[in-house]
Amino acid sequence: MKWSALFNSSVGRKWTMGLTGIFLILFLIVHVGLNACIWAMDGGVMFNKAAHFMGANVVPRLLEIGLFAGFILHIFQGWSLELSNRAARKKGYAVSLGNKGSKWYSRSMGILGTLLFLFLVMHLAHFWVPSRITGLEPVLIDGKEYHNLYGEMLNVFQGNLPVVVLYSIGCLSLAWHLMHGFQSAFRTLGVSNPRYLKIIENAGMFFSIVVSLAFALMPISMYAGWVK
Amino acid sequence: MQHYTMNLTLKVWRQKNASTAGHFETYPVAEISSEMSFLEMIDVLNEKLIKEGKEPIAFDHDCREGICGMCSMYINGRPHGPWQQNTTCQLHMRAYKDGDTIVVEPWRANSFPVVKDLMVDRSAFDRIIQAGGYISVNTGNAVDANAIPVEKEKADSAFAAAACIGCGACVAACKNSSAMLFVSAKVSHLALLPQGHPEKKKRALSMVAQMDKEGFGACTNTGACEAVCPKGISIENIARLNREYMMAGLSESE
Repeated sequence: MKWSALFNSSVGRKWTMGLTGIFLILFLIVHVGLNACIWAMDGGVMFNKAAHFMGANVVPRLLEIGLFAGFILHIFQGWSLELSNRAARKKGYAVSLGNKGSKWYSRSMGILGTLLFLFLVMHLAHFWVPSRITGLEPVLIDGKEYHNLYGEMLNVFQGNLPVVVLYSIGCLSLAWHLMHGFQSAFRTLGVSNPRYLKIIENAGMFFSIVVSLAFALMPISMYAGWVK
Repeated sequence: MQHYTMNLTLKVWRQKNASTAGHFETYPVAEISSEMSFLEMIDVLNEKLIKEGKEPIAFDHDCREGICGMCSMYINGRPHGPWQQNTTCQLHMRAYKDGDTIVVEPWRANSFPVVKDLMVDRSAFDRIIQAGGYISVNTGNAVDANAIPVEKEKADSAFAAAACIGCGACVAACKNSSAMLFVSAKVSHLALLPQGHPEKKKRALSMVAQMDKEGFGACTNTGACEAVCPKGISIENIARLNREYMMAGLSESE
């Protein structure tokens, strides 16, 4: 069997979604952990140092390439699956099954994913573009110059309610996307043992809520002035 | 339960053939017994239509005892009606009360084109079975029952998967019109048993290839199929097929 036939089959395409999905979940752990440094209450010193490490060290920079590849694969394969799945039923029902049997967010992964894509574009424009391309104000920490990414966060969120609301919507979409995606990825990759599925479902629910809430609290903390 | 009679309003999908556009037709049905099955209620309506010189409603049915998988109505937004793990023929009118309106539609999926009214062509399922849903290796003469040990747990899982009657409710309920519950039940049923082992890779690859060729959608693990399956086939089977398929595909030497 050719590689292309394997990965173009319906199961192969779902494997791509599952593998990239789990890779992106791992990225979220790193991202939320590093960003939590804003709550060190040190005026962003720890956060700027952590961000500097991610930007200056070769390993995270290489992983960043993988991250972009992961996002692109996940997004385009997701859209392609959504379109072909929708096309498999040209004529719909007069009375639909609705929530009897499946969760609304499980059926809305395409929409939630699209909202996350829009969020991602805005998020990259706010932080990735200035830190990697256009440049950030330097800040002196212990006599050494660092990019002031923390200052950029304050710029973006302080006194800017619409942006904080958009970020909160993004985090809410992330929570719902993960509530389905986390456990679905493992099922797609072949976990069929009910004992482990139970653990995965509970861990997925916990992860979705805790990580999304932590992310949402970051702009809110800055807007509310809890961190300065 | 007390016997009662009821008057109902039926909204039924009528479609002359695959190439014409269909529409809903509304029929009042009177004096329906709570003891009748859903199909008997349609029979009563059809007799009335025939007496009036009208075309009766075409629908699939055969055994009328919940094991053949022929009946296939999408009733008020749910395949096989409101009861859990039940086929349309085993749905009884005591599920309804006087004055109810019932909307009856055929299975909707491009791969299940409407033949007439509520009948759809499910030969796509037959072609998937033909692609590998069988054992063709020579298993020899009947051996002593204990010569090939099969774990109880695996025998039970294989039996549970083998309960699939191929009605297509999973496809009808799935937002993606995916046939993965059906295919995974057939693959699991054989893969779990010793006689199915020699061909398990080829079986998974061929059946999924045929499923894709028939135009069914991909599975997104929403669980709607499992919820409506008249035989309670678990989506654990889908995860097993995902694993079997990729392991088979990745272990190919060419």
